[in-house]
Amino acid sequence: MTRVTQQTARIVFFLSAAVSAMAAALVFGFLLVFGFPLIGGGEFFSLLARPWSPGQGLYGFLPMITGTAAISFLSIVFALPLSLGTVCFMGGLGPARISRLVDGFVRFMTGIPTVIYGFLGIFLLVPVVRTLFTSAGSGMCILSASLMLSLLVSPTMIIFFKDGFDSVDVRYIQAADALGADSVQRLIYVILPEAWPGIVTGIIMGLGRAMGDTLIALMIAGNAVHVPGSILDSARTLTSHIALVSASDYDSLAFKSIFACGLTLYVLNAFAVIAVRRLGRKRGPVR
Amino acid sequence: MNIRILGGCLRVFSWGAVLVLTGSVLMLLGYLLVKGVPSLGRDLIFGQVDVLDAVLLKKRVFDGLFPAIAGTLSVVVLSVGLAIPVGVCAGIYMSEFATVFQQRVFGLMFDILAGIPSIVIGLFGFSGAIFIHKYISKDFRPCLAVSVVALAFLVLPYITRTTQAALQGLGDQTRQAALALGATRVQNIFYVLLPRSVSGILSGIILAIGRCAEDTAVIMLTGVVATAGIPGSLLGSYEALPFYIYYISSQYTDAAELMSGYGAAIILLGVCAVLFFLAFLIKRHVAGPAGPARGRFHG
Repeated sequence: MTRVTQQTARIVFFLSAAVSAMAAALVFGFLLVFGFPLIGGGEFFSLLARPWSPGQGLYGFLPMITGTAAISFLSIVFALPLSLGTVCFMGGLGPARISRLVDGFVRFMTGIPTVIYGFLGIFLLVPVVRTLFTSAGSGMCILSASLMLSLLVSPTMIIFFKDGFDSVDVRYIQAADALGADSVQRLIYVILPEAWPGIVTGIIMGLGRAMGDTLIALMIAGNAVHVPGSILDSARTLTSHIALVSASDYDSLAFKSIFACGLTLYVLNAFAVIAVRRLGRKRGPVR
Repeated sequence: MNIRILGGCLRVFSWGAVLVLTGSVLMLLGYLLVKGVPSLGRDLIFGQVDVLDAVLLKKRVFDGLFPAIAGTLSVVVLSVGLAIPVGVCAGIYMSEFATVFQQRVFGLMFDILAGIPSIVIGLFGFSGAIFIHKYISKDFRPCLAVSVVALAFLVLPYITRTTQAALQGLGDQTRQAALALGATRVQNIFYVLLPRSVSGILSGIILAIGRCAEDTAVIMLTGVVATAGIPGSLLGSYEALPFYIYYISSQYTDAAELMSGYGAAIILLGVCAVLFFLAFLIKRHVAGPAGPARGRFHG
């Protein structure tokens, strides 16, 4: 009897794990099947580089690709100095008590809903951008979206940077201390050179978070379908393009193109995950 | 460069980064509170309907957030309820039974699933609904059930990973005592290992609840609408707080509607903050008593 229970329990555990693992494949499968009419016949790659102009039967998503690239890279450009500075602060440059407060606050930031950033962006940030830059039109532009996004991705980057800092061999730090290094020297000569896998991981995860977010770009980037010419232009990301789908005609090519957007996001994410896992393996003995 | 100058610059830079980051977030949240707090009150949630009548579903609330709150509550309870058993069992398998190869392959799949942008999970749910609509039942449309399944996919890897980490964090002594007394592996899991790691698993579940409650991208493709009333069935559409905030931000017609958007944002932020602190307290409760004591013994 116990043997049977043992076996059943084991099988249930295994099935749960297998089902959860299959979920990732299932999502991919659905995207592939629904997007197939566009992807089959090698059309996929020509789509990447084509403009979006349904009137002429063109369903390329070059505007969305450039929109996503511009907004997420710019948000990393804003978030990287903020995150590096903050993690250096927590890594010994700031007073210990304030560091702990900042650490708690950063973790709290991960829980702030992205729709709230979008909402506040519309009523607080967009009017400011509109007033400062007259060429920004309505103020809904790449700059607004990436400024807001930088607040969303900073906590992700800080947490991974800090992981990298914490995984530096404690003997190195003690050796530096014994030689009389102060907190700045310890940071520059010991921690930063050793913590680079954590920093690269943080940047990749931050980029992934920026590319994967929907609501901020949807609400404050303007959603115009054209290749943006400057950071004050309105732009549409891959994620907002999916969100804006009008599901009137399931068989139209315009509708199918959103699955190509979904596939692109899926594949980019998978590459990022694999890269991060490789970096994780490269890290030396922890402590 | 002179190390002293460089150090000074680094110090100023790090203080500046901390001030800019925390300052801008505090400014945003402060603005939200100042603008939104006056709108908070009974009317914001229940409109002109009596509280008791609304909660007992006797009268429908038309100009309050009650249907959206009820919708968010039901979608969160159902999807987390669906994800917990599968996620916890999967975590147990990963920690206790999986071979190294399985750990690697399944682990990669979980990481990929965890990283899929939520709009893509929403698109998956949406395409699933089309599939059923086309081949099984013509009446099927994106609805509460689709959102529940899609959101369960979204939080499954979190629950699996936290369960796995909590179990793997147990020491060998805990792990082997019951086995040495003749317990089977399954008995050991249910009577010793799971009770010991319950706080770790719980804090993971609470964070998963927060993720479900705040997610907008998944539900906006899988059945949420602006006005639906209290969710009546799994096959019907429903309202939700985060979607309401998104909807109001672009569709508001007068100042009162906009104020209800601020109110909804404060409620959502409050829910997420409470969940966050709950998870934090549970985690600290685990690390608390054992942490410093160990340090003291080893000097």
